[in-house]
Amino acid sequence: MSNRIDQLFAGKRKGVLNIYCTAGFPELNDTLPVMKALQQYGTDIIELGMPFSDPLADGPVIQDSSTRAISNGMSLRVLFEQLKNFREDIHVPVLLMGYLNPVLLYGIENFCKKCAEVGVDGVILPDLPMDEYESEYRPVFEKYGLHLVFLVTPETSEERIRKIDSVSKGFIYAVSSSSTTGTDKDMGHQQAYFERLEALQLKNPVLIGFGIKDKATFDAATVHSNGGVIGTAFIRALEKATNLDSAIQQFIAGVK
Amino acid sequence: MKIAGNTFGSKYHVDEKGFYGRFGGAYIPEMLYPNVEELQRNYLAILREPGFQEEFDQLLRDYVGRPSPLYFAKRLSEKYKAKIYLKREDLNHTGAHKVNNTIGQILLAKRLGKTRIIAETGAGQHGVATATVCALMGLECVVYMGSIDIKRQAPNVARMKMLGATVVPATSGSQTLKDACNEAIRDWINNPVNTHYILGTAAGPHPYPDMVTRFQSVISEEIKKQLLEKTGRENPDYVMACIGGGSNAAGAYYHFLDEPGVKLIAIEAGGKGVHSGHSAATTQLGKLGIIHASKTLLMQTEDGQITEPYSISAGLDYPGIGPLHAHLYETGRATFLNATDDEALAAAYELTRLEGIIPALESSHALAKLGQVAFKPDDVVVVCLSGRGDKDMETYIRNLPGNTGDNV
Ligand SMILES: Cc1ncc(COP(=O)(O)O)c(C=O)c1O
Repeated sequence: MSNRIDQLFAGKRKGVLNIYCTAGFPELNDTLPVMKALQQYGTDIIELGMPFSDPLADGPVIQDSSTRAISNGMSLRVLFEQLKNFREDIHVPVLLMGYLNPVLLYGIENFCKKCAEVGVDGVILPDLPMDEYESEYRPVFEKYGLHLVFLVTPETSEERIRKIDSVSKGFIYAVSSSSTTGTDKDMGHQQAYFERLEALQLKNPVLIGFGIKDKATFDAATVHSNGGVIGTAFIRALEKATNLDSAIQQFIAGVK
Repeated sequence: MKIAGNTFGSKYHVDEKGFYGRFGGAYIPEMLYPNVEELQRNYLAILREPGFQEEFDQLLRDYVGRPSPLYFAKRLSEKYKAKIYLKREDLNHTGAHKVNNTIGQILLAKRLGKTRIIAETGAGQHGVATATVCALMGLECVVYMGSIDIKRQAPNVARMKMLGATVVPATSGSQTLKDACNEAIRDWINNPVNTHYILGTAAGPHPYPDMVTRFQSVISEEIKKQLLEKTGRENPDYVMACIGGGSNAAGAYYHFLDEPGVKLIAIEAGGKGVHSGHSAATTQLGKLGIIHASKTLLMQTEDGQITEPYSISAGLDYPGIGPLHAHLYETGRATFLNATDDEALAAAYELTRLEGIIPALESSHALAKLGQVAFKPDDVVVVCLSGRGDKDMETYIRNLPGNTGDNV
């Protein structure tokens, strides 16, 4: 069991905190300092966004951070260059999250190989169809020990959730409401859905994302799950920050 | 009507997985899965219901005014030394071919129990056609349109509003068709149960390319009948159409796809010139990629970011192309040309003076290439005149040769 994601969940089953940040944001070379601060102040998993020009599943805040990162000069090539020696300092699991087009152009095999080389543990590609992953790419991801994490939503049928659970590795990303990132749909109404997921006793841990922004929402999301993912609220905090390190410290203190 | 015909086994039709050759598919995030899967599962069965066909036929006839005429353009034919026919989609209610598809999709949406309709629009023709069918059926309508297009197609924005639609500006990216489409898809993600997305071209995730093509296939179905009456044979030598996402072209080609004697010519928007950095000629500039959940040819940077396209024509200003057309390009079944802004404008002025028809800027791109194909005098050429020029009057007047600006 060498994947850091599996190691984490082997030791920690509750309240796992996963924070999303866009690579190359706010400035091109902030990627590593942001990751280091996230680890230092207690993030369990880092989800690093690979910026894309047309992020269909994202709301305005993450879209804007992607646009800014791209104009800062961020790309997959630059990102892998930045990540070359990041494992010297960062020990928490790291996933890359993004859209399929830049990865396809980079080459799936190349991409997986690079991820393994620098020490990335998992990947989230929301627009990669599960069928195509199974028929074409799964052996490549597995060869490089990379976990591919799939999403489920409140509209996903039980049959499909079970299928996703059988293909997904590392954890399952349960979107709290059917929405793009950053929409403020009320978490309170979602408890029934979280309970339903818990009752399925899936083989993978479940992290809940979309709409978590503070301690109250984090706690609400994690009663019936293994933890939560915060994205938009963290990007907002970075946007406003005058000092990244203290802004990150403050942000995490406000969640935990 | 033959919109629900079985095309299984044809090399140029969609396969069971939603692909045309290596193009197509449904690269959607899980949040869209229930909506898209519902459509995939139901669209052909609904199209095949006798009641559906009847209602579709009746609305196309009595409401849209079909069949649209196939007009023999005598003076244009003399100039280009071939027998040129114009398929007059410009005479449809709302002024373009777009309404064929919106009628089909609104009937489908009603059968799926949807109460809210969303759409993207570039030139505004699809937005108007969607707002129109929503008024007809009493459904709520939200249309996303790039901020730049809202300015350059103002008459259509006014029409949509008068029809009761909410027009939402897309302010991200290039603020044109691509971004309007992004916003519509995001809206659909956020409204997964009650909303149907009426996509306006033969692009997007499966089943849209096939579904839109089937609704537009009435164009080539009519051409066949009309040509038989007028010339004694069903098949022309050439069919020419402009390509944005590719719906008017797909409809004009559909019943000729498996007729190798019919040469298909697709005209993309060259903008200021294919290599000027201001163009939307996707087959010339694109590589394999994914846009709006479809694997197709796509204009993109070497890092896989989607490039901002350019065309004077809002309806062709799109960095991708429907997967059917990517396949027709790759297999060589269709020949792809492109027309610059200036060539399209010149063709619009020419058609106006020779035939008394003011075409849409999009359609003018197809007309612009009549001089570039080596026709024989007896060749029968059908050009799909996809829309009328009312929405483009400001551009036409501003660019009128000899116009100094003071008489506008
Ligand atoms: C008149 C007209 N023709 C052509 C097009 C291009 O679309 P498509 O390629 O789907 O036919 C548009 C799009 O707005 C249009 O309004």
